[in-house]
Amino acid sequence: MGRIVMSQNQLSIQGVSRVFTGTKGQRTQALQPIDFEVKENDFVTILGPSGCGKSTLLRIVAGLDFPTTGQVMLDGERIEGPGADRGVVFQSYTLFPWLTVAQNIRFGLRERGMREADQKERSEFFIAKVGLRGFENHFPKQLSGGMQQRTAIARALANDPKMLLLDEPFGALDNQTRVLMQELLLGIWESARKTVLFVTHDIDEAIFMANRVAVFSARPGRIKTEIAVDFPHPRSYTIKTSPEFMDIKARLTEEIRAESMAAVEH
Amino acid sequence: MQATSSKALPQVPPRAASASTAVSSLPVAPVRRRAFAPLEPVGARARVLLGLGFFVVFVLVWSLATLGGFVSPTFLASPPTMVKEGWLLFTEYGFIGDIGMTVWRVFGGFLLAAVFAVPLGIAMGTWKTVEAFFEPFVSFCRYLPASAFIPLLILWAGLGEMQKLLVIFIGSFFQVVLMVAVTVGGARRDLVEAAYTLGANSRGIVARVLIPGAAPGIAETLRLVLGWAWTYVIVAELIGSSSGIGHMITDSQALLNTGQIIFGIIVIGVIGLLSDFAFKALNRRLFAWAAL
Repeated sequence: MGRIVMSQNQLSIQGVSRVFTGTKGQRTQALQPIDFEVKENDFVTILGPSGCGKSTLLRIVAGLDFPTTGQVMLDGERIEGPGADRGVVFQSYTLFPWLTVAQNIRFGLRERGMREADQKERSEFFIAKVGLRGFENHFPKQLSGGMQQRTAIARALANDPKMLLLDEPFGALDNQTRVLMQELLLGIWESARKTVLFVTHDIDEAIFMANRVAVFSARPGRIKTEIAVDFPHPRSYTIKTSPEFMDIKARLTEEIRAESMAAVEH
Repeated sequence: MQATSSKALPQVPPRAASASTAVSSLPVAPVRRRAFAPLEPVGARARVLLGLGFFVVFVLVWSLATLGGFVSPTFLASPPTMVKEGWLLFTEYGFIGDIGMTVWRVFGGFLLAAVFAVPLGIAMGTWKTVEAFFEPFVSFCRYLPASAFIPLLILWAGLGEMQKLLVIFIGSFFQVVLMVAVTVGGARRDLVEAAYTLGANSRGIVARVLIPGAAPGIAETLRLVLGWAWTYVIVAELIGSSSGIGHMITDSQALLNTGQIIFGIIVIGVIGLLSDFAFKALNRRLFAWAAL
């Protein structure tokens, strides 16, 4: 593309668009060409109404879907498919049901051929980190939704990826659990400093966790605005009631509302 | 004490009230009995009793028909005659050897089919090109009746054991292939994607996602097809055989010994039931996670 990749930008989305072709040959544009950069150790949330294509963009970054035009670069290398350098947490519960919590967390390490003892050490570290001590030998179906997603986060982190990609990971959880999970993930990010791309349609969630919120337009999706969120870290849930938070929330509510209306009228 | 408490809570049935006296003064909800409501679960004891009950009813009707003189003994032996003939089969005619022969044929033919069918089914479920190549032919073969092959198989393999095993093989192989392919092909896509993002390659996906995920379904398929193998073996033994339960049944037919025939059929049913139980128990042990 002839673009200069700036060194502090770890992830560079360059002119990425996506057109889906249906079974009868009808074409649906899911994404308009998007340019977007994410700095190393940044926490960016992508906020948008349902069906706007934000998940498609995340899947393209994950390498699970492919752009129709453009390309995605990670540390200067073009993304050609999924890989262990980008850990993904999905909205649906994707723990392997035949493996225990500990075995799920060790899955990627095992695929990599890591020594058994090292696998054990790493999985124990991350089990403790997400507060699942005592549940190592439980099967996913024996866990609540929140615990399953905590395991999924630990599984992604145990692989020590460059980036963490999260696609509405708390979308299926009840409100109280979701808030606790946000604090847990933010706490992990504050101590571990990974680059995070987090897709959500929840405005509070988008503001609370992010350094930067990218607002998506209705389908075909594009990034409509970006808003910096400057609350210092570590953040407490109490910032959610601060006037500054309310300000940002009011702005984003207006932005999202306009897009949701557009989506409904389509 | 009981009398006073039930007086104090007149709306509570006495039995429930006596259970609650020490705990609380609140009325106890009456026990709900909805045995015939749709989908209402049945208790473990009641389930066993009901299951045995039908066997009792069955034997009673059979006894009434035969011992009551409604059916001629030539056509249908009575239960006591059947038991007596069964005893004779074991003591005089070496029936245990026949049973051993039949069991070996069922398991031999079935294992032979499984050893080839399961890997092919997994390959078809995993790789769509492999599926496109084999699927139409296998689907076609599935409808070929195994018993119709018996004359051909006798011609090719003679009257020996190989012919019996091949009947079972033909009857089971194609079924297992297709059912395993469907099970593997129905793997959850999101789990496959998750495995890719964790760094798995194609080999890892097959060995550590598709196969473990499909394993309970494959085991269930095998359990089902083992049941069908029992019906093929008897047919194979009815024609051109000198041993086995099926052979005994043909012999008894020539002598109009309905008691022996019925006993043979019941023995097949009992062995089938036992092997099914064992298979089920094994599957539950191996794949405890699937039953959660």
